[in-house]
Amino acid sequence: MTASYEAMWERLGLDLDAHTSLLEVLGKFYGDIYMSQQGRLRGMEYLDFVVSEIHGLRIRELEEARAQGRKVIGTFCVFVPEEIVWAAGGIQVGLCAGAEAGTEAAEKILPRNTCALIKSFVGFKLARLCPFTESCDMIVGETTCDGKKKAYEIFSDHAPVYVMEIPQMKGAADRALWKAEVLRFKEAVEDLTGRSITAENLSEAVRLINRRRRVLQRLNRLRAAQPVPISGRDVLLINQVSFYDDPDRFTQKIGELCDELEAKVRRGEGVADGAARVLLSGCPMAIPNWKLPYIIESSGAVMVGEESCIGTRNTRDLVDESGRTLEEMLDAIVERYMKIDCACFTPNTERLEHIVDLARELEVKGVIHYGLSFCQPYAMESFKVEKALRNAGIPMLAVETDYSMEDVEQLKTRVEAFVEMIR
Amino acid sequence: MAVIGIDIGSRSIERVVWDPATGRWSWDKVPTTFDPVAQCRKLLADADGCPVVATGYGRRLVAEHFPGLSVRTITEIQAYARGVHHLVPEARTVLDIGGQDTKVIALSREGAVVRFEMNDRCAAGTGKFLEFMASSLQVPLEVFGDFALEADKQVTLNSMCTVFAESEATSLMARGERPQNIAMALHQAVVRRTLAMLRRVGGERPVVFAGGVAHNRCIVRLIGDSLGGGLILAEDPDVVGALGAALAGALP
Repeated sequence: MTASYEAMWERLGLDLDAHTSLLEVLGKFYGDIYMSQQGRLRGMEYLDFVVSEIHGLRIRELEEARAQGRKVIGTFCVFVPEEIVWAAGGIQVGLCAGAEAGTEAAEKILPRNTCALIKSFVGFKLARLCPFTESCDMIVGETTCDGKKKAYEIFSDHAPVYVMEIPQMKGAADRALWKAEVLRFKEAVEDLTGRSITAENLSEAVRLINRRRRVLQRLNRLRAAQPVPISGRDVLLINQVSFYDDPDRFTQKIGELCDELEAKVRRGEGVADGAARVLLSGCPMAIPNWKLPYIIESSGAVMVGEESCIGTRNTRDLVDESGRTLEEMLDAIVERYMKIDCACFTPNTERLEHIVDLARELEVKGVIHYGLSFCQPYAMESFKVEKALRNAGIPMLAVETDYSMEDVEQLKTRVEAFVEMIR
Repeated sequence: MAVIGIDIGSRSIERVVWDPATGRWSWDKVPTTFDPVAQCRKLLADADGCPVVATGYGRRLVAEHFPGLSVRTITEIQAYARGVHHLVPEARTVLDIGGQDTKVIALSREGAVVRFEMNDRCAAGTGKFLEFMASSLQVPLEVFGDFALEADKQVTLNSMCTVFAESEATSLMARGERPQNIAMALHQAVVRRTLAMLRRVGGERPVVFAGGVAHNRCIVRLIGDSLGGGLILAEDPDVVGALGAALAGALP
């Protein structure tokens, strides 16, 4: 695809040589991890296509939309209320933050002991490698951790950054703060797009995003069947792609994939005979952060759930659709987003309950808790998660790693030993 | 039929030949060198027809390079747990300090792995750390523990990071500190880290110490003293992984 898009990438200011090598590495990585799987669903062809065109066709679509006056808003967090962006005629996309590319550039302006996700998004920008970042009219940051909070200050020298304050507790005052932030965001989006948010367009946007959540919920129900009908890697990829692709098209395509999956479940066909069912829990896994999932699924286990922002944390709760007035709808949005059990909250007991419930529902043999090195909130919570799971009689393995490949062998040993233990 | 267990570690490769009929076993050990496949070839030359179970970092090497053999792999965690349970059936915790990593494994009464801890990619507190420090003090690794036991004064070393510990040791030397005292401080640092891992998995007694570093008398003494009893030294400590692998191979 390189040749036909080069002019566009050049226009966006990408470093063409570095970007070409990035795509080569990604293509190989994708081939090893995804294309090598046996008996995949036909519906995954759509995902393969989206990934192969992730920096191509999708970016062209964004360019065309921008040419028609639509605005593109990029985010790094599931807290940014998407409904508001779509209601105002904007397009919301996730941004590149799952690969080591650009780390060297990032370390020029960030401390070395910063989590890989933060280093990655800054690195992608400084090394001019992410066409999504370059296509954004506004990038929404948020205060989910100190690292991100301070990184956005530095990042704002390089990109049009808007920061939302995320409360850290869930009392009445915090809800009021969050509502004020949602209203402030609404105004900022209206200013940017020049389009007012009305009860009508907001209701439409709520339904649009709920439809996407519902199809992912359906996918999660189907994948949990015994035998497991789809690899956890494939489902993770679907969740990752949900942040990039057009929501309507995505919902339709994943709906078709679910139909196929349903038939497969009826026929009782599995993808991983005898593999131990595990739940992956913890930090988000931005595309192409597939290292740990790949290790897990090549060590005799299969992931049947992701308790993650790129997983159930993002799809579990819908926005109530019964609101009639703009005020009621905004309140429903405030409510829905306040249910997110990010580790930035204190206390955060609902996350512990969710993990234990999910582990039981999915009938897993164990939970693998993934923490990004230097991500304090999740590292701290991993102790509590382990304790809650132990009390429920469910074993947990805590893994802390980043996007580099240097610890692959150690990780394999740990994961394999965990699988041997829970089998 | 005999079963072969082979443990391909970062420093050495051990092989155990186990006879399930008699319960007897014998072992061999060779250095890993830069060509572990050639070393494995020596150890597996007469393995025809025997089931082989490989463990250790190089476990997949055997499966890849010896297609004619029937090879299974298990992790070091499983191998050490099995080996220790066989040698010391009452063992509740396994401590294995090897060349590249330290593992602490909690066992159930039946010898199953209940929990385990393993150091991350950093080699702090492992055999590698001791090897590096012995060479910077110019003491042969084999006698480094005995050398440390000649200490006559308590010196504290704070860093567990190989690079920083070396500069700390260097500055102690520059102040005229006896190298034996510095060696003792280095050993104590390893033991502090090991004890922290033991505490994390519960550290139920008896604790069985296996892996190459169990040959180091200073480490054994310091851990034994800190635990105040309940530390058992595994017989042929560096062969326990290969034994555990062989035992796994005898299972149906």
